[in-house]
Amino acid sequence: MDDLMTVVDWSRLQFALTAIYHWLFVPLTLGLSLMVAVMESIYFKTKSEKWLAATKFWMTLFGINFAIGIATGIILEFEFGTNWSNYSWFVGDIFGAPLAIEGLVAFFIEATFVAVMFFGWGKVSEKFHLVSTWMTWFGASVSALWILVANAWMQYPVGMEFDPGQMRNVMNNFWELFSGIAVNKYLHAVFSGWALSGVFVIGVSAWFFYKKRNIPFAERSIKVGGWIGLIGLLLTMWTGDGSAVEVTKHQPMKLAAMEGLYHGHESAGLVAAGIVNPNKTWNNDEDEYLFDITVPYGLSILAKHDLHAYVPGIADIIQGYTIDENGDTVNTVSYEERIRQGKLAHEALRAYDIARANRDEAAMLAAEKDLRLYYPYFGYGYFDSVEEAIPPVGLTFTMFRIMVFLGTYFLLYYVAALFFVYSRGEWLKRKKWLQWIAMLSVPFMWLCSEAGWAVAEVGRQPWTVQDLLPTKAAISQIQAGSVILTFWLFALIFTVLLIAEVSIMIKQVNKRSLTNLEIDNAH
Amino acid sequence: MAWEYLQNYWWCLISVLGGLLVFLLFVQGGQSMLLTAGSDQRKELIVNSMGRKWEITFTTLVVFGGAFFASFPLFYSTSFGGAYWLWLLILFSFIVQAVSYEYRRKPGNIYGTKTYDTFLFINGCVGCILLGVAVSMFFFGAEFTVTRGNLLDSRSPVISQWSHSHGFEAIFNWKNLILGVAVLFLARMQAALYMMNNIDDPDFFETLKNKALVNGGIFVIFFLWFLAMICTITGYDATTNEDLTVTATEEPYKYFHNLTHLWWTGMTLVIGVVLVLFGLLKSIFSKHFTKGIWFTGVGTTLAVIALFWAAGYGNTAFYPSLIDPASSLTIRNASSSEFTLKAMSYVSIVIPFVLGYIAYVWWSMDHKKLTTEELETTTHKY
Repeated sequence: MDDLMTVVDWSRLQFALTAIYHWLFVPLTLGLSLMVAVMESIYFKTKSEKWLAATKFWMTLFGINFAIGIATGIILEFEFGTNWSNYSWFVGDIFGAPLAIEGLVAFFIEATFVAVMFFGWGKVSEKFHLVSTWMTWFGASVSALWILVANAWMQYPVGMEFDPGQMRNVMNNFWELFSGIAVNKYLHAVFSGWALSGVFVIGVSAWFFYKKRNIPFAERSIKVGGWIGLIGLLLTMWTGDGSAVEVTKHQPMKLAAMEGLYHGHESAGLVAAGIVNPNKTWNNDEDEYLFDITVPYGLSILAKHDLHAYVPGIADIIQGYTIDENGDTVNTVSYEERIRQGKLAHEALRAYDIARANRDEAAMLAAEKDLRLYYPYFGYGYFDSVEEAIPPVGLTFTMFRIMVFLGTYFLLYYVAALFFVYSRGEWLKRKKWLQWIAMLSVPFMWLCSEAGWAVAEVGRQPWTVQDLLPTKAAISQIQAGSVILTFWLFALIFTVLLIAEVSIMIKQVNKRSLTNLEIDNAH
Repeated sequence: MAWEYLQNYWWCLISVLGGLLVFLLFVQGGQSMLLTAGSDQRKELIVNSMGRKWEITFTTLVVFGGAFFASFPLFYSTSFGGAYWLWLLILFSFIVQAVSYEYRRKPGNIYGTKTYDTFLFINGCVGCILLGVAVSMFFFGAEFTVTRGNLLDSRSPVISQWSHSHGFEAIFNWKNLILGVAVLFLARMQAALYMMNNIDDPDFFETLKNKALVNGGIFVIFFLWFLAMICTITGYDATTNEDLTVTATEEPYKYFHNLTHLWWTGMTLVIGVVLVLFGLLKSIFSKHFTKGIWFTGVGTTLAVIALFWAAGYGNTAFYPSLIDPASSLTIRNASSSEFTLKAMSYVSIVIPFVLGYIAYVWWSMDHKKLTTEELETTTHKY
């Protein structure tokens, strides 16, 4: 095999690229489908042509976005096989099921009803059309459930046991897949989609204000998008808080990386702004940050909802400190010991395999006993030093701050947008700078959303499956050159299509802003 | 024992999904006609007829992949990671398809309608041929080994090792291409028959009839060629031992034996072929028969199901390794655990409901035929 780490790095880059592109489109699908369904419901109830016009306008933008979301989504599913073939075997017995269920119960709903939503006007009854629009939203939301259950399982693998005969993990409890982490993650992702879509709707509506056209339409849109978005953002914050508590319990190393915290303490402060010192390692005496502004007690509250709680840092975790299921700090197994036990687990599995080939049942039993004992740290057996088990601290730390800061900013954004649209001052109509802020903020919402995923996935490193399978052992046997080539092909093709998508969106918005949407509701 | 039933059940479901996918490739068949459609008006009819169904085909492909992953993960791991380029080229062709319908005529699409139509054309041809190649490998195999113990080698931990061309060798193997070409012409024939049903335009109807005849003829030749090959090749009689190792011995005429000994497999194939031929011939020779697509559609689905059965049932290696017979994949050694298959089998109860609402929506949307007038007045078109 070519240089192992080159293949690993490029496979990671390729997966990250596809995931980042996919997530540009998914949250808008999740939120905009809801907003369109609400608008169509109002139309159905009031039979007001104005609401029909609004429904159709946003539906067109939804369609442009939906197509490219599908295009990027198919790649992710197949990449588990093409680039992560060991992963597909090692945990496919558990991981594959949610993917298959997602397809069976959710994708078909989306694909079937989205066609009615676009082409059904005049062909099916208004009631059936409305049901189809809601089904499109429902299908999208259900599909997110299954993929996030699968993702959460990688962070917190449960409901399975290792079968040494097959050298893979097999499922033994389906319902355990719906862990606290999974539920939190799902809600966090879906609500963040609402929040993102609201900002999109407000930003686009601000353009209508700027152009001084279709003002009532823009106001109506801001009211629907603003309320759904604000509720979405508040729920995103609430579930984000829940996620932090779950991460503290199950992935303390990720939490420490998010904070750039090397040495933990009680009543830990939260670094509100700062730069991680790149020269800091877990066992040198350098400062943790080049500069930092810290909110007293912030981290203790974030992690454990307790002012004085102890939060372990990277060095403490490496030495064995962690937080257990009950939220108590315990000193368990140091990383050095984990690596030793991981290697013993590998030895035991090797011995089991040989004993099985020799049909030596006594030796098989003995090896299996050792394997069961050491298996919780199986993945550490691939490491030679504890440094390998530390996630990229700088990136995780920075992305976490981007997410939180922008999230807080958008809370103000929503409050302001709703205030202005309901107030009599007509500021939104008159103040150009306000319109510009509303419009220019839109890309930052995407940055906020992507940053959230970067925290979750970069912070998960070096694992594909926490504690069991490191990224470097999850790959396929392919030449580095092939992965590098496909990475650039994906980068090219996605970028080319993204440029087209954005250009079409802008043209659509512009075109409609020049016609009277109250009268002309044709596309 | 229960595990074996579940493995059989899931292989059957995979077969059904595969069969439906090949039927639904009529969308790709239609796309492959775009560049030679003649007038713009006809091109618009083709695009809008196919464009209302492309998502179902696309979704079926995704679900086929997902279900294969969940039920036979060793196949997913071995084939996708091994025949890397084959699968990625298929995927590339589907990426460009997904946006093309929506973007082709939208103002501001930058690259122009022609580019998107070319994307659709590429997906139409490449998608069909390469999916045919991928299925053909179930019979003609590939050069790979599976060694689970590799997992413990931290310098080279991958369990499935594949020849260096990573899928190109399969694409350029003429035997695989025979099925690839057959699938392409089958899809084109079905596209013609579907449009005869879906589009109300007397002139175009006659053109489509001709297209069905020509493409159907080429399909039949290539399909019979493929059938003759698989009936005469030597396959593996693969017994999966209790410890999931495979003992594979060569068996001449293996697939012919499967089609005859497992009589229901052969019978399904014959019924499928007869239905396809009936649908095709009646469409060509009747004056105004528009229902041909339903006969060829059901026939295609049944024939593909039968081929999957012949590849997987009866102690057969459904993914034969040409360099290490013991590494071959069978539905016994490549499957998920009994627990997972059982859990997913409960979920599979939704399949009839899924098929039900798809059929209902299909009927609701298609009972009014597509016309040029509709394209002139409709609010949403491609």
